[in-house]
Amino acid sequence: MSQALKLSETLASAPIKAQARDVKVFYGAKQALAGINIDIPEHHVTSLIGPSGCGKTTFLRCINRMNDIIDGCRVEGSITIDGVEINSKSQDVVQLRARVGMVFQKPNPFPKSIYENVAYGPRIHGMAASKTDMDQIVIDSLTRAGLINEVKDRLDSPGTGLSGGQQQRLCIARAIAVKPELILMDEPCSALDPIATARVEELIDELRTRFTIVIVTHSMQQAARVSQQTAFFHMGELVEAGPTEQIFTNPKDPRTQAYITGRIG
Amino acid sequence: MVSEHIVKSFDDELNQLVNMIAEMGGLAESQLSDAVTALSKRDEMLASSVIIQDARIDALEVDIDTQVLRMLALRQPKAVDLRSVIVALKVSAELERIGDYAKNVAKRTLTLLQAPAVTNQANTIVRMGNIAGSMISNVIDAYLNRDIIKAEEVRERDNDVDQMHTSLFRELLTYMMEDPRNITACTHLLFIAKNIERIGDHVTNISENVHFLVAGEKFGEERVKSDLSSSTLVNPGDTI
Repeated sequence: MSQALKLSETLASAPIKAQARDVKVFYGAKQALAGINIDIPEHHVTSLIGPSGCGKTTFLRCINRMNDIIDGCRVEGSITIDGVEINSKSQDVVQLRARVGMVFQKPNPFPKSIYENVAYGPRIHGMAASKTDMDQIVIDSLTRAGLINEVKDRLDSPGTGLSGGQQQRLCIARAIAVKPELILMDEPCSALDPIATARVEELIDELRTRFTIVIVTHSMQQAARVSQQTAFFHMGELVEAGPTEQIFTNPKDPRTQAYITGRIG
Repeated sequence: MVSEHIVKSFDDELNQLVNMIAEMGGLAESQLSDAVTALSKRDEMLASSVIIQDARIDALEVDIDTQVLRMLALRQPKAVDLRSVIVALKVSAELERIGDYAKNVAKRTLTLLQAPAVTNQANTIVRMGNIAGSMISNVIDAYLNRDIIKAEEVRERDNDVDQMHTSLFRELLTYMMEDPRNITACTHLLFIAKNIERIGDHVTNISENVHFLVAGEKFGEERVKSDLSSSTLVNPGDTI
């Protein structure tokens, strides 16, 4: 049996880490998302693709309630992580964002040392009892982010002094330092060159053994390379979600086909 | 048919592929028809021309290979485009093989011309050839029109070719038993019939590729083979 078929079987049998049901988002009077339903399988990478303004980033930001900080933004419907509603009043948003990490399009290290960039999250969440604990967390996170060999001799240097690709991996190290369950990535490679992109993609593939990843990308090749599930958004609607190899070889919806083959939809 | 690409040159390249397949299909069909005519009319000139013309089919296959490789590298086609490119590659390989079989019919015809005409078995071969020829033209139509029903009909027709091959096989064996002087000619005729039977098989492969191109999935059930020649025994004294 082919590797691709095996992957789609594990996708079908994977436990559901997060689930969206009838999620609607409004910016003032304008509706940005029209009732999204999707299951995010655990330890898999789900990519969200679609043209600019289709709602994929808006949806991604629902998963750790980043839309809360936007004035006039209203979210309806249900999003659960491990079956627990995250939009409830009782949900502590700071706790939620510790469980659901985020990596942005442009690498945005804090204007602090490499060490402090990674230590910041664990410190505010009180995850390290001692300096030794913290050192361990920083080293582990940088190791998992594939950055340790490049920075181990200059942990006190500013994070902003690294190259773009290194900065992005630093941001990934920062995100995984607080031991999240889900990692959201919003076009994490669009500011990176192909080599740095390949490093991050390789990292994503390794990270999924520990975390569940949702990635927004404009590069369909990237979606094809890194994800097991692909969801196509168009004009605020989730048109189609399915195993990545099926979406890229035989999409069911003509709008998906038009988009991924570069035709006018 | 799906709407056009934003990048127009991508459409041009896909159309070029389709046109090359159409040209190859037309050539394969005329090669088979000429080869069979050369056999029935004992036309040495025509048989020689079939042998020479096969190079045109081979050249088209090379062109299609080059174009497909280029498109995979430069366009990274997806979904129906990916299927179009892969199917073009596979169909061109099938057509190239069909061309080879037609050429082999012509070669054996030239050999047969050295021997006296033995039987009227050529008539059955001509009928087989006509059916196989119309299968080629219909499967190319199905490919060009992305017509899944027509592709399926072509696939069914292969049963006729298979059955004719089986009965011809029995007849030719009987002729050989009747008179050993027939053996050389009949053996060549057997191979010619087998070539045409194989052409039918390649056409069914093309029709399955058309199905995949249009539906995005493989053909469901395996075809039931009607060519029983490989399990046929004929003993002296058997009536056929």
